[in-house]
Amino acid sequence: MLSRVADSIYWMSRYIERAENNARILNVNMQFALDAEIREGDDPDRYWAPVINTLEDQERFFKKHDRASQMTVFEYMIFAEDNPNSIISCLSNARENARTVRERISPEMWEQINKIYLFIRSNDARAMLEANPYGFFRTIAEGSYLFQGITQNTMVQGEGYDFIRFGKFIERGDYTSRILDVKYHLLLPSGESVGGTVDTLQWMALLRTCSALEAYRQIYFGQIAPWKVAEFLILNENFPRSILFSVASLDDALHKISGGGAGRFSNEAERLSGSLRYFLFYSQIDQIIRNGLHEFLDQIQLRLIEIAEAAHSVYCRVGDVGASS
Amino acid sequence: MGSVGRVFEGYQQEGYYDEMFESDGSVRPHYQTLFDTFDTLGLAEIKRRSAAAEQAFLQQGVTFTVYSDDRGTERIMPFDLIPRVIPRREWESIERGLVQRINALNLFLQDIYHEQRILKEGIIPNELVYGAVHYRPEFVGIDVPKNIYIHICGSDLIRDSNGNILVLEDNGRCPSGVSYMLENRQAMKRVFPNLFSKNRVRPVDHYGQELLNLLRFIAPPRSGDNPTVVLLTPGIYNSAYFEHSFLARSMGVEIVEGRDLFVQGDVVFMRTTKGPKKVDVIYRRIDDDFLDPEVFRKDSLLGVPGLVRAYRLGNVSLANTIGTGVADDKVIYKFVPAIIRFYLSEEPLLGNVETYLSYFDSERNYILENIEHLVVKSANESGGYGMLIGPQATKEQIEKFRQAIKARPREYIAQPVISLSRIPSICGDVIEGRHIDLRPYILSGEHVSIMPGGLTRVALRKGSLVVNSSQGGGTKDTWVLDRVENNH
Repeated sequence: MLSRVADSIYWMSRYIERAENNARILNVNMQFALDAEIREGDDPDRYWAPVINTLEDQERFFKKHDRASQMTVFEYMIFAEDNPNSIISCLSNARENARTVRERISPEMWEQINKIYLFIRSNDARAMLEANPYGFFRTIAEGSYLFQGITQNTMVQGEGYDFIRFGKFIERGDYTSRILDVKYHLLLPSGESVGGTVDTLQWMALLRTCSALEAYRQIYFGQIAPWKVAEFLILNENFPRSILFSVASLDDALHKISGGGAGRFSNEAERLSGSLRYFLFYSQIDQIIRNGLHEFLDQIQLRLIEIAEAAHSVYCRVGDVGASS
Repeated sequence: MGSVGRVFEGYQQEGYYDEMFESDGSVRPHYQTLFDTFDTLGLAEIKRRSAAAEQAFLQQGVTFTVYSDDRGTERIMPFDLIPRVIPRREWESIERGLVQRINALNLFLQDIYHEQRILKEGIIPNELVYGAVHYRPEFVGIDVPKNIYIHICGSDLIRDSNGNILVLEDNGRCPSGVSYMLENRQAMKRVFPNLFSKNRVRPVDHYGQELLNLLRFIAPPRSGDNPTVVLLTPGIYNSAYFEHSFLARSMGVEIVEGRDLFVQGDVVFMRTTKGPKKVDVIYRRIDDDFLDPEVFRKDSLLGVPGLVRAYRLGNVSLANTIGTGVADDKVIYKFVPAIIRFYLSEEPLLGNVETYLSYFDSERNYILENIEHLVVKSANESGGYGMLIGPQATKEQIEKFRQAIKARPREYIAQPVISLSRIPSICGDVIEGRHIDLRPYILSGEHVSIMPGGLTRVALRKGSLVVNSSQGGGTKDTWVLDRVENNH
């Protein structure tokens, strides 16, 4: 496969995942803020700044808007063309990348991306967001699910498919770690010990953002505790949005791309992904929290970036060296 | 005498040659089934199906890019639902004419880039060949695989008021539009599933396979049984990107940009995730000028440094070859009938449009005196630009062209205004006649193969003769019938 094609497929996949993640967080946050409106003395706006923090985008946001409110955050995170992470930018970038690799993806995948792109660019999108925001976010998220389902069922499961998986799980691992990081700080003021009083509603909202609430309840029997939520979202092996699951999946994808056996590595990207995978596998939540959850999550994010960069140099920087004439 | 029915009621021929109707208003026999179908459907249903077809184009991204802003807006090519029909016998004679023409043009290029007999014998003045912008003197003496220069040709055909088919120009560099021909057919099949077998329309779907066969045929002999073929595109922002991607998909080959390729040891490689991979044949959709910054435009970021070296040494084949533009030069066009006679000793089967060259003193005087009645074209521009339609032009425009002709006589040609034939087209809430041309796609490989029909382009603006998509043109499906008509 052409290096440029691999790169485009990877970014196509990341942008779709990112658009979905944005829709998720906005949706859950909106519902949460709605609850606040009916709680006396609570200001619904105070729930919107953390969304911007999650994406580490405060600087650009506050250049455009004085304060974070549902209206300003929606505008910025959904429709702002000058925000490279807005849903509209993500879907445009996903489509742009898809357009350059149409010969490598199935026609159905292309049509699905094009459909959701045409939707977000249409007047219907704004009208729907106003009349039925829940339906709007659902449309975006379902657009992504549909894309993933179509991918799994129509695409040749070769190298391109594995680059899609790799991109998706890099993005997802990064996202889950960010959202956990921000919420944890917000909800657990420093100095407070594990087991202190917390606002369970917020933690439920966090789980719901990751589609994890019901899965969590089945494992932890309904007790919502921050360190358990953290354990679930970081270390659960089977939940498809946990960090360990994401890292294990991207590690598998890298091994499939190279054809190398599991548990070994044939290039730097695999060495890094494998070592992160087993690091997570042998980690325990008590220890993580004792040493600082923020530091831990920060390290995860940096290591994901390293893996992505290493994969890029292995597969996408094929130079003139090594060519035989 | 047939009568015009409900949908076509009030349809005016306005004295033009009409593809669907005889001058007495009766339906031409090869259009009868189509006429009946459309007439039964009624305009409201036709418009509904038309909207459905356009929606499908949009969803599938069958678009071209217009550069009206930074983003490059994508538009769908306007598609008119009423197809153009060519009866079998007429198509067979067009086909013979096109085969003759492409064979002659390939012999001409072989000669121009080797012995130049045609110049030595004075059939064409040297100066006109040497002065053609796309002539590449640096390739004289270079052999090309199988001696084929133009592998993919799209000659534009028109029908004049007497019903004669004429060649308006030959596109021997990177003719585009074939993807619209194929997509139009898909759209028509979805919208009118029953019409095709009823009419026995000849299929065009095999284009991708024929093109791939041709590209493999011209591979360098050393590349073995399974040569690597790629399609080279300027990239996603090129107006024809959709077509490039479409063709790569229909052949199952990689679509590459210049930055995906590199040359080492005079061999072309592409950068893949498994390391460098040797490339044998490049179907390039990039003009000569941008192919290789070492040889042509130094500022080209689209090309591949060293590509021309690899090509000269026969390590990679290009389709079309470099320098074919001299054969579709608007000035050289005038000599194509002479070229056919010179190389094939045959009379041309397809006519040319009468052409005056401002290069010749007597013809220049004629042009300057009659400019109000002529179409004047610059030899160096295409896409409907650099053109003056005398009868529709203002005094200022005419004066500007007069000055330009005097200043650069090599560059201009003039032709009488041909009233292109018309065909019923859907224009808002009415059906009106619109002017059309036809671009057939001709592949020269082991043998010459022509897709039945081609792309019918229609000037959708009322009264317009310009069919280019950049200037308000649309397209129609083109049907070549397999059955033989009974004469009535």
